[in-house]
Amino acid sequence: MDEISELYEEIILDHNRNPRYFDRVPDTANHSAHGDNPLCGDQYSVYLNIANNRIEDVGFKGAGCAISKASASLMLEAVKGKSIEEAETLIENMHDLLTGEAHHHHDEEVDVGKLDALGGVREFPMRVKCATLAWHILNAAIHNEETAVSTEK
Amino acid sequence: MAFVDLPAGSGFHSRKEPFATECLNPYVLRNDFPILSSSVHGKKLVYLDNAATSQKPRIVIDSLNRFYRETNANVHRGVHYLSEKATFAYESARQKVQRFLNASSEREIIFVRGATEGINLVAQSFGRDRIGENDEIIVSQLEHHSNIVPWQLLARQTGARLRVIPMNRQGELQLDGFESLLNSRTKIVAVTQVSNALGSITPVKEIIRLSHERGVPVLLDGAQAAPHMPVDLQELDCDFYVASGHKLFGPTGIGILYGKAELLEEMAPYQGGGEMIRRVSFEETTFLDIPHKFEAGTPDIAGAIGLGNALDYLTTLGMQRIAEYENQLLLYAEQAISQVSGVQIVGTASEKAGIISFVMDSAHPHDIATILDREGIAVRAGHHCSMPVMTFLGLPATTRMSLAFYNTREEIDTLIEGINKVKKVFE
Repeated sequence: MDEISELYEEIILDHNRNPRYFDRVPDTANHSAHGDNPLCGDQYSVYLNIANNRIEDVGFKGAGCAISKASASLMLEAVKGKSIEEAETLIENMHDLLTGEAHHHHDEEVDVGKLDALGGVREFPMRVKCATLAWHILNAAIHNEETAVSTEK
Repeated sequence: MAFVDLPAGSGFHSRKEPFATECLNPYVLRNDFPILSSSVHGKKLVYLDNAATSQKPRIVIDSLNRFYRETNANVHRGVHYLSEKATFAYESARQKVQRFLNASSEREIIFVRGATEGINLVAQSFGRDRIGENDEIIVSQLEHHSNIVPWQLLARQTGARLRVIPMNRQGELQLDGFESLLNSRTKIVAVTQVSNALGSITPVKEIIRLSHERGVPVLLDGAQAAPHMPVDLQELDCDFYVASGHKLFGPTGIGILYGKAELLEEMAPYQGGGEMIRRVSFEETTFLDIPHKFEAGTPDIAGAIGLGNALDYLTTLGMQRIAEYENQLLLYAEQAISQVSGVQIVGTASEKAGIISFVMDSAHPHDIATILDREGIAVRAGHHCSMPVMTFLGLPATTRMSLAFYNTREEIDTLIEGINKVKKVFE
């Protein structure tokens, strides 16, 4: 498979065409955050219902490239039903997977299931931010940070 | 002078009168640009991002090397041999700019870092003295951020207001809208000659005429125009003009500000330092005359010389011939792109320079640019530093291809193949 096919794996194309939990705000949403990548104009808002330390319901809105949208869609699918601790661990693992950085406390590769499809961006340094954007926003939403997050600090 | 020697194998034979009837031969000219024969991701480079920066001919690259090897010294100060030679080369470059743009005097040519710095210089040196609270600065909806933000900063400092010439969906400026903006509070009009995002050629002659009828000076942003069409500043009669060296096939870090002598003479210096003073004491400092009053510190000497050589190269090709060739290629590309289903060209002004912005139904501009990149094709994706244009059109981003005279029809064909690959991935 060439790098383009690895970047745009079928699962990425599917989640771009039919993003899950897209264009919806859960009625019970009690956590949210907005984020953008000012260099390319991608922007999303993530909405969560967190109850009893668990992400009970999810939704997102916004616009951007296939990578950013598929990343948000796959992400929400993965974290729905997870505890905050589990979600935080996943955010950390995804950061490592997408940026190619191995944190010193991880000695072995972590299995992130089908989220692994997003790893194709590592061969495209200019596109890594497209994939990480949603995860930054999720992190902000969990902690209900007031300030909007951005890929450019 | 040694710096203007053309290398053997250049795409032309005579350095005097360009033979206006003969068309440019891009296939020969490409040999003058070393980078154009390189490969990207194993594919032949197809460079279609000339509006971001242009590639450099060997004569420019070599002149930088030669300057540092043979002539390097500071300008305007030493009495020694090298300083004299460097000063002569630097000031010769200024004359080349003057001739290229047909300014009436080289005193009206100031070397800056780029078009952006030129606009900032005018905004601060001209603006802070002459523009006050409730005065108005007119820009257009088509501007690059570099012709918006310096004026916003000035407005914030002085309490002046920014007014905007409206555009239509085709990407054309609306002159009637412009006329209704002009009033007694208007202190300057700053407008682009060619839109970097859409390629529209703006009606600058009319804008200048209407402004001058009311005594309002006009700054033209020529960053996208000067590399692609003849510019005659005396005929245009604009008051300020800016251009970037790196878009003119010259080095990065060097740019041009033209200003009418009578305006420049009255303006306060932009930056203070060496090279721009006549006499300094702690009580009082007097400044040099223009243009040196505006060139504080050691300038980009090599860059100016490299730019001078780039302008020699363009002059030899003939800007009229370049404009004609690029227009033919633009029409070819517009037709080819518009024939691909699911692709829409954004910006269809009646007069356009060699820039095509487009969007696709199935793919986002960044995904398009990534796939094209793997085919060796360099295009730009995003808002092109013209967010107000994108906001007006209701688009987050477009993909933009931008031409130079060394681009060929085969490269456009390769672009179309690339666009079809994008469709294959996403449809």
